[in-house]
Amino acid sequence: MLYNLLSGWRLEKRGTVSQVMMVVVPLLSIVVGLAFAGIFIALTDKNPIDVYLLMLEGAFGSAYGLSETVVKAVPLILCSLAVALAFRMQLWNIGAEGQLYMGAFGATWVALSFPEWPAVLVLPAMAAAGFIAGGIWGLLPAIPRAYFKVNETITTLLMNYIGILWVDYLVYGPWKDPKGLGFPITAPFSEAAILPAFGVTRIHLGLAFALAAVLVLYIVLKYTRWGFEIRVSGESAAAANYAGMNYIKNILLVMFISGGLAGIAGMTEVSGITQRLQHGISPGYGYSAIIIAWLARLHPVAIVLVSVVFGGLLVGGFSIQTSGFPAATVAMLQGAILFFVVGGEIFMQYRLKWVGKGRSA
Amino acid sequence: MSAIPMVEMVKVTKRFPGVVANDNVSLTIDAGQIHGLLGENGAGKSTLMSILTGLYRPDEGDIYIKGKKVDMLSPKDAVTQGIGMVHQHFKLVKSFTVAENVILGMKDMGVLYDKTKIQAQVERFCTQYGMCIDPAAKVWQLTVGEQQRVEIIKALFRGAEILILDEPTAVLTPQEAKDLYKTLRLMAGQGKAIIVISHKLSEVLEGTDMISVLRGGKPAGSTKTELASEQELTRWMVGRNVTTHMDRAANEPGEVVLELDKVSCLNNRGQLAVQQASIRIRAGEILGIAGVAGNGQTELAEVVAGLRSIESGTKHVGGVDHTFSGSRDMIRAGVSYVPEDRLGTGLVPGLNAVDNYILKSYAQKGWLINWQQAREETQDVISSYDIKMANLFNPVKMMSGGNLQKLLLAREINADPRLLVVVYPMRGLDVGAMAAVRKLLLAEREAGKAILLISEELDELFALSDCIAVLHRGEIMGVVHPRTVTVEEVGMMMAGKRMLEQHAV
Repeated sequence: MLYNLLSGWRLEKRGTVSQVMMVVVPLLSIVVGLAFAGIFIALTDKNPIDVYLLMLEGAFGSAYGLSETVVKAVPLILCSLAVALAFRMQLWNIGAEGQLYMGAFGATWVALSFPEWPAVLVLPAMAAAGFIAGGIWGLLPAIPRAYFKVNETITTLLMNYIGILWVDYLVYGPWKDPKGLGFPITAPFSEAAILPAFGVTRIHLGLAFALAAVLVLYIVLKYTRWGFEIRVSGESAAAANYAGMNYIKNILLVMFISGGLAGIAGMTEVSGITQRLQHGISPGYGYSAIIIAWLARLHPVAIVLVSVVFGGLLVGGFSIQTSGFPAATVAMLQGAILFFVVGGEIFMQYRLKWVGKGRSA
Repeated sequence: MSAIPMVEMVKVTKRFPGVVANDNVSLTIDAGQIHGLLGENGAGKSTLMSILTGLYRPDEGDIYIKGKKVDMLSPKDAVTQGIGMVHQHFKLVKSFTVAENVILGMKDMGVLYDKTKIQAQVERFCTQYGMCIDPAAKVWQLTVGEQQRVEIIKALFRGAEILILDEPTAVLTPQEAKDLYKTLRLMAGQGKAIIVISHKLSEVLEGTDMISVLRGGKPAGSTKTELASEQELTRWMVGRNVTTHMDRAANEPGEVVLELDKVSCLNNRGQLAVQQASIRIRAGEILGIAGVAGNGQTELAEVVAGLRSIESGTKHVGGVDHTFSGSRDMIRAGVSYVPEDRLGTGLVPGLNAVDNYILKSYAQKGWLINWQQAREETQDVISSYDIKMANLFNPVKMMSGGNLQKLLLAREINADPRLLVVVYPMRGLDVGAMAAVRKLLLAEREAGKAILLISEELDELFALSDCIAVLHRGEIMGVVHPRTVTVEEVGMMMAGKRMLEQHAV
């Protein structure tokens, strides 16, 4: 029995958590997660190592693969920053996906409404609209959370479906391109409403947005008064009130900015990649962001690195589709990794100690 | 003396990274005995008791219960051995009722349990030991004193034969403390062994049979209580003689700093906690608030600090109307506040000393926080207030109670307040730390600060206060001069007797 196998072990709290552990444990969690998922790949009579090598090759083995990895990393970075900011205040915003869609909606509304505007005008307007639309989507669940302690985990999650279906309604209905051969897409954006790309790649100016957001958030969290308030509020609401911080205002503000960052991801996707609004613009960036933020320990700079890895996972996932794997394989990999990352948290705080068998019950 | 001791700890050693918490400590407790365990903060009392309750395993040494060697791997094992612990920091589920907390984790309750039966049982238990409490009340609604009763009942409910109490009287009135010792004596009479961890020498000398003292993790002495003296115990605890006497300088009070006029407020349950309370504190004056825990003191302090809204009446600080001011406004108005809940409200457990030191002052300068300056200021405070910590950047929850209190007081005093609100400042502190806190408060008084001191220690209130206001069920029974009334008179007022007008100030 498993119980008997484990009964001689005890978890003992570690005195301190070393810096090395903080890096090693998540890395090890990823490896174990891949090994675990490898069992299922092996069950399909494929060698999991070959499959992983194929993915690695696809994601990082060529200039094209690399550029595509970066393309995927952009929305991942923005969404991860979004959730990390909220997580810092112990606000469990798992609604980045819906906020992304609403951001895409806001940006699209600007692009379609003002097709004659020049790029210098329309792009900032699209970004602003994306930020505000995503921000409102984050703010809506924040209001009941702040005033009535309504659990934001559930409300942000449910808001995802509303956001996604709202966009679907638009692209299947009123915003559907009459020249789109019946596809659920809007009319293409004007030239000006498209984010310029670097060279022949699909890497667009959204990368600069993402990196700028990383820098700003890093400075805000580390050096500003407001960043300090978020940290204190996340640790203890009672202490935040005691210190004269406006806890309710900060909940609203953090959720608005969190939603806004995810909204920017929606804007860069429609403006830089699809260049129109369409069904299914995100393969779940907002959900992957939760895993990324957690792995990166909510640190803005670490989020960039982890996002590139997860971008690679997505691109690699596409490249193994030719060998007969469905795209859902990537979702399975992500799930396995999250499982072991969360499990690894325990070993960061505790260590296993053998205390022997035959003890009194 | 029975032949076999109830508990015998032999040459127990426990090391933590960088510190030997218990060094070769032996302890024997007989059945029917109340054993006092004394020592300053960090002397290793808590570690020793954690070993006895199965939280830690000793690195060396053996434990015998009723003559039988035991190896306890978890608190569960300790409970099986009949060891019950009442912690200083309560381990209760706040959203559960008293009855639910009492049976929490008990295996033999079955899948479905009869709620009313358990409530009746708890109630019977309460009356039997004179610790009355509503078994259906939710724990978050209870005062700290009431929560402690739940903890005691919890341990008794599990059939504890060896009961360990960590600073049990810290939250009780003198009368309640007396009752508690009566209960303990009753339990000892039934053959239970009781260990009381305490700082209060007088109480230990009065209530125990044996006293053991720890200092710096090592045994410093052990004696029968009847043979012990206060001086000797103090010397064992701190390794030198300590004067507890304090000189209060004669002080001419200045203008009125705080004025509450007929203030009423609600508690967390939405009931009236303070009714029509009027107090005035002048600069250079300490107003003490006496009262049994849970009679509106905490709420009164929160009203002054702007953390609780006023239902009726007015609040003026420095002549300015602050009736509707929140905590930030009160901080700006020069009100410092040392709350009852130090770790969690006054200090943020997961943040480090620097973060905690600037918890309020961060808001003063511009957009950015000057971390360089914050570090330097914290470093200065740590050396000038003699605060001991392993590292400036460790979470403060790793610090000891006395050092936490010093850090908190240092921050609130260094804010250069006009009014200092201090709630239960001595709770859980050792002799040395208490003397330091007293000195700090008197120095602030001499510096012309107005001080609102809420305490459960009448001796302390009498020693420090210029005036004492007595709270009973949220009403002020009277304001008296400590030098014109006796402790007994104040005790009567605490029990609800209103002071005659001519005695009032």
